[in-house]
Order: sequence, then structure tokens, then C-alpha cells
Amino acid sequence: MVSVNYYVALSAILFSIGALGVLSRRNTLIVFMSIELMLNAANLAFVAYARTYDTFSGQIFAFFVIAIAAAEVAIGLALVVEIYKSRNNVNIDDVNSLHG
Amino acid sequence: MNSELIVFLVLSLVAIATALGMLFSRNAVYAALFLALNFVAVAIFYLLLGAPFVAMAQITVYAGAIMVLFLFVIMLLGVKDLEPTRALPWQKPLAIALSVILAAEATYVLLAKARTTMMVASPDASLNTMESLRNLSVMLFSDYLFPFEVTSILLLVAMIGAIVLSHRNKKETK
Repeated sequence: MVSVNYYVALSAILFSIGALGVLSRRNTLIVFMSIELMLNAANLAFVAYARTYDTFSGQIFAFFVIAIAAAEVAIGLALVVEIYKSRNNVNIDDVNSLHG
Repeated sequence: MNSELIVFLVLSLVAIATALGMLFSRNAVYAALFLALNFVAVAIFYLLLGAPFVAMAQITVYAGAIMVLFLFVIMLLGVKDLEPTRALPWQKPLAIALSVILAAEATYVLLAKARTTMMVASPDASLNTMESLRNLSVMLFSDYLFPFEVTSILLLVAMIGAIVLSHRNKKETK
């Protein structure tokens, strides 16, 4: 038996690492991966509480989050490829105007 | 110390180490592979939490499809290394400070101020049966039918959006 608090604390740590990645890394792809890490951390908390309260709702929400992450990655990576085509790099600091 | 706690501690070490590896690796390919390992560790957590369906969805969608897409784009663009060009010199220390504050706050609220000391039940064989999967799918297609359909429309929109985004430039160059 593991306390649910441990799982949620691990989830919080992983979320913070993801937030650090979004804030500090300049490579758009790494920023993207950090967002995936944050979604994953939230999923872990969902499933941990679903098990604690013995319900399936948390698992279903985790499933929805996975589906939405897939949609997000498809659009996001298409955008990254477009950014690379127009600027020839994926540095997020260079993407500071709406003009293509 | 029971065996479940040992498994939890080892897995959480793996998860945190791979997350940090993803964060600090200069090579985007290594970062993607670290992230794939992190996803697998989280999938094992799901198995430990009695959620085999979510664990398998995690492996197929995250560690499979999403990571392949990431690696494909990284290798397509050939942007393995980026020279650090910073518009804001104070950004990195500030980011580290804010993230440490966020982690400390979150763990403090969750551990020190937690009113409940609920335990996660140990994984048992009864969870890994068709019965549990059937209950999950009945709930998904009854109580959560509307979100399910909305999600499918969202996936369709994402697919069309990705096609439109990558198709546009071809027309312009013709």
C-alpha cells in the first residue's frame, strides 16, 4: 500500500520539471516535449485518485487527455515544420512576430 | 517497507531522472528518447494503479505514435543542436527559481497540509480481467458518450488542420 499523496507529489514534481522546460528551453521541440510531460503528470494524478476512490472516471479522463495530446502533437509539429520552413530554425526566441 | 513501496520508489526515481534527462540534454534526439522512457515508467505506474487500459493506451499513443512523430520531425528538420541564443539573459535563473517554488509549494500543500492519508489499494488480479475493462467501456459509452464524440470531432479537426498547414506552402511554390 502506497499513500496517494506520494503519487500526487510525484505528479507535482514531474509537472514542475515540465514547467521548467517550457520556461527555460528555447528549442521549440523541447518546449513541446515539456508540455507532454506536464500532461502526463496530470494524468498520473487522475489515475491515482481514480484508484483511491475506486471509480473509473479518472481513468476515462486520463484517456481523453491522451487523445487530446495526440491531436495537439499533430497540429503542433505541423506548426513547428512551418516555422522551420519560414525561419530555418526552431528557436522560440526568433518567433516573435505574426508575420510569416 | 513493503514491496509495492519499493517498486514505487524505483519507478519514481526512473521517472524523475528521465524527465531531468529530457530537460538537460542538448541533443533533441536524446531528449525524445528520455521522454519515451519517462512515458514507459508512467505506464508501469498505471499498471500499479490498476489501470491496464490507460497503461496500454499510454504505450501505444504516447510512447508509440507521439514519440515516433517527434523523432520524425527532429530528424526531418535536422535540428539536433541549438546554439543558446537568449533574448532575455535573466530568463533561465528566473525560470529555475519559479519552478522550484512551484514544486515546493505543490508538494508542501499535498504532503504537509494533506487532510487525508488515503492509501492506494494494492494491485490485484481482479483488476486485470475483462470484467473491469467491460465496466470501463460501458461507462465510457454511456456517461461519457458526449465527451467521447467531441473528442472524435477534435481529432478529425486536428487531422484536417495538420493537412491544411503542411499543404499550404506547396500551392504557393507552384
